[in-house]
Amino acid sequence: MRYVISLALVMAALWLGLSGLFKPVILALGVASVALAAWLSWRMDVIGVEHNPGLFSWRLPVYWAWLVWQIVVANLDVARAVFNPRGHIHQRVLRVPAKQSRELTRVTYANSITLTPGTVSLRLEGNEIVVHALTRAGAEGVLSGEMGDRVCWLEDQSK
Amino acid sequence: MIYTLAALTMLATMALALARALLGPTVWDRIVAVNVFGTKTVLLVALISFVMGHDLFIDIALVYALINFIAIIAVLKLVRLQRPEEIGREGEEP
Amino acid sequence: MIVVDVLSWFLLLGGGLVGILGGVGLLRFPDFYSRLHAAGMTDTLCALMIIAGLILQAGLSLLSIKLALILLFLLFTSPTASHALARAALTDGLKPEGEQSSNN
Repeated sequence: MRYVISLALVMAALWLGLSGLFKPVILALGVASVALAAWLSWRMDVIGVEHNPGLFSWRLPVYWAWLVWQIVVANLDVARAVFNPRGHIHQRVLRVPAKQSRELTRVTYANSITLTPGTVSLRLEGNEIVVHALTRAGAEGVLSGEMGDRVCWLEDQSK
Repeated sequence: MIYTLAALTMLATMALALARALLGPTVWDRIVAVNVFGTKTVLLVALISFVMGHDLFIDIALVYALINFIAIIAVLKLVRLQRPEEIGREGEEP
Repeated sequence: MIVVDVLSWFLLLGGGLVGILGGVGLLRFPDFYSRLHAAGMTDTLCALMIIAGLILQAGLSLLSIKLALILLFLLFTSPTASHALARAALTDGLKPEGEQSSNN
């Protein structure tokens, strides 16, 4: 029930951000649509742990900032491969351990790996992520496990 | 002016993606290209709203971003439901 | 104000350049899995830079919130789409190059 309320609050904020209109009729329509969507997702039983508001800690923006920096670095690496495909591409398939204890944070880790260009997670097998890496630098970046440690740090706060 | 220039670069990227979609060779290459094409369409619509000075286009870009994602997942489901030999006829493995 | 303008021009043109580079990579790279990385390049940094440039121009307004939402949607959906694509191709039997060296 707590999750339903937090989901409804997030949806209401989203609705206000998208419409920007404060006439009574339109506001009533917005309330009705938020209620309908919350009721539907409760009925479909799709509300889970990921709607826990406690997951949003101050560490998330810090992690995102770091992730944006990683995206920039990885993009430069792939851009170098565009200019010189033969010399720079060194494709590998790696297995990376995911030490995170919960499914949600493991998925966060796999998504972050995919989000940085040069590495794509192919499969999540239990505690291992199968990663396809385009270049040497990308493969080393994943194998160093720095991103995994950061996601673990993210997980610590939200426990 | 700067928006028009940026919109033109988006169009160039879309043309390149379209070339890859036409060349193939596998059906997966085509889906990747169409995905890129869709993302660039979102950015192009956002840029056009600045070129024209209409804020309303932003909403279209927002909706298109969502539709594009759902469309890619739907196409993937469709392709996987097909028989393997039909996929093989689309193109050979590299 | 001129600083903000110049920064946003840099972001818009840089984003366009990254987009074109990704498109060229999409054409030049040798096989499906490598092309996926080129596509990822246009989905992440290109979108990031262009939307950031537009937000700088829009200032603090409803327009910026919508642009930020577009960026959020793109950054959340593009890895999911790439992963779904890679996984579908893998289960279909398209072998990634360099799988042998995975034991090293």
